[in-house]
Amino acid sequence: MKPDLKNLTIVEALRGLENKTWTARDLAESALLAIETCEKDVHAYLEVFDDVRAQADAADAARNRGEKGALLGIPLVLKDNILIKGRRASAGSKILEGYVASYDSTVAKKLKKEGAVFIGRANMDEFAMGSSTENSAYGPTRNPFDTSRVPGGSSGGSAAAVAMGGALAGFGTDTGGSVRQPASFCGLVGLKPTYGSVSRSGIIALGTSLDQVGPLTHSVEDSEILFSITHGHDVLDSTSLPDSFYEKKEKLKALPVIGVPRAFIKEGLDPEVRRVFAEAEERFRSLGCEIKDIELPNARFALSIYYIVLPAEVSANLARYDGMRYGLHVSGDNLLQDYMKTRGQGFGPEPRRRIILGTYVLSHGYYDAYYNKAMAVRDRLTDDFKKAFSEVDIILTPTAPTPAFKLGEKTNDPLTMYLEDIFTVPVSLAGVPALSVPAGVAKVDGKELPVGIQIIAPFAREDLLFHVGKLFEGK
Amino acid sequence: MYDTRDSMISDKDMEKLLSLARIEVSPEEKAKLIKDVESILSYVSEIENAAEGEAAPNRSVLRNVMREDGEPHESGLFTGALLKAAPKRDGDYIAVKKIL
Repeated sequence: MKPDLKNLTIVEALRGLENKTWTARDLAESALLAIETCEKDVHAYLEVFDDVRAQADAADAARNRGEKGALLGIPLVLKDNILIKGRRASAGSKILEGYVASYDSTVAKKLKKEGAVFIGRANMDEFAMGSSTENSAYGPTRNPFDTSRVPGGSSGGSAAAVAMGGALAGFGTDTGGSVRQPASFCGLVGLKPTYGSVSRSGIIALGTSLDQVGPLTHSVEDSEILFSITHGHDVLDSTSLPDSFYEKKEKLKALPVIGVPRAFIKEGLDPEVRRVFAEAEERFRSLGCEIKDIELPNARFALSIYYIVLPAEVSANLARYDGMRYGLHVSGDNLLQDYMKTRGQGFGPEPRRRIILGTYVLSHGYYDAYYNKAMAVRDRLTDDFKKAFSEVDIILTPTAPTPAFKLGEKTNDPLTMYLEDIFTVPVSLAGVPALSVPAGVAKVDGKELPVGIQIIAPFAREDLLFHVGKLFEGK
Repeated sequence: MYDTRDSMISDKDMEKLLSLARIEVSPEEKAKLIKDVESILSYVSEIENAAEGEAAPNRSVLRNVMREDGEPHESGLFTGALLKAAPKRDGDYIAVKKIL
């Protein structure tokens, strides 16, 4: 029996494997069938691996031998910036075209150890810069719910692949909202873990003070499973948190006190998103939760902080793509011309914009006015969250100000695209974890588009996110 | 404090930035870059209006994240795998154009 992966969770799939209702091969065939049917319209994948059936058969054989694995035979999709040894990885960029990973990311290594089946590499905005997957050098991904619309970004390929049934769950990376916003647009659960809780060894870097790897799943429980497998201290990542940060949790309250930053979420909200959010608040109230209005006074500066700090980190992180050691090489008259041409032709418009912006804000004479000032305000914003969490258990906001928008709608002016991340960026800057959970649908042009809400918890309190997420799901 | 609101990026400024960042672009792209970067800079300049107050303390807790000294692995173990990715090599070296 081949189940439709669109309506299946990891927990259910594992039960079916255990009961021999289906095999890992059945799950893989189901993913491949969905890809065959939808991929020409959606373009979620940059590559579907040619050994998917062999991986699945190996998982079935292992299970028959009595081997265990928390994900044995579960078909997953990884974003194209998560290295798997021996497989290509391009980060959606021409500058890494043809690059083959020489080592496993820690995340891939942990997933392999549990027996996961990798379906392929998911499309993404180039170097994870974007909120629509339109910035991929290999063409945009479209939203399976309405192919005239974007799936969100930058992990839009992973989200679309899972939403169309082309994988049971996926992984993306989230720097300013790149897992949470596509989760909202594609009707999935998306987690941005606490900064430092999941190793970034083998993840192609965007913003080093912000990046985290997070799962895209059909349920909160699945998200919890994938987080628990991938999180943990790693000596290969110097920013990785010691496991002691996750010890000694306070006991979970059955009903959390919820804070809503009312003033911050007032402006620029799509009316349908506003309605879905109000209904979500009502649902929490009817479950017996207390809802309090809170203030995050510096949240209004979040996008400005982000578009100073992030480009600064981008300009440093992307300096390594020089055409000498790996990836694209364009030859010029001399060494300098090799660099200029390789980087000029290898990087698309958005990476170029951010590299130049970063070079500017870090240049002599502007460093204090931009970078140092932004870092000082970032500290204040982090304090805002701390203060809020002394009054409430979790914070609730919409995940994104709009439902999925049309392709091309926001590509002319970079700033309109940046505004998509207005509710997710403050969380990333503060380093705290957040979960986007499907909350309802927006009715737009006769179509129903998924809308998510964002649940935010204090540092290292993913357990609280999963608890509240399940409460909201009704589980 | 610089008055960043008036910061206009001249053609020459952009040349300098592009050369610092080692990126060659066409004249049309350069003009578009100037326009985009100026518009983003004028947006992020609102950071000037954020409360100054006393300087926020550096609250990151420093801890040693370096490994202990010693041989991490046998020399040359990964050389072949890493060099395979190089666009041009000369034996166990990556080949580049003359520097001086």
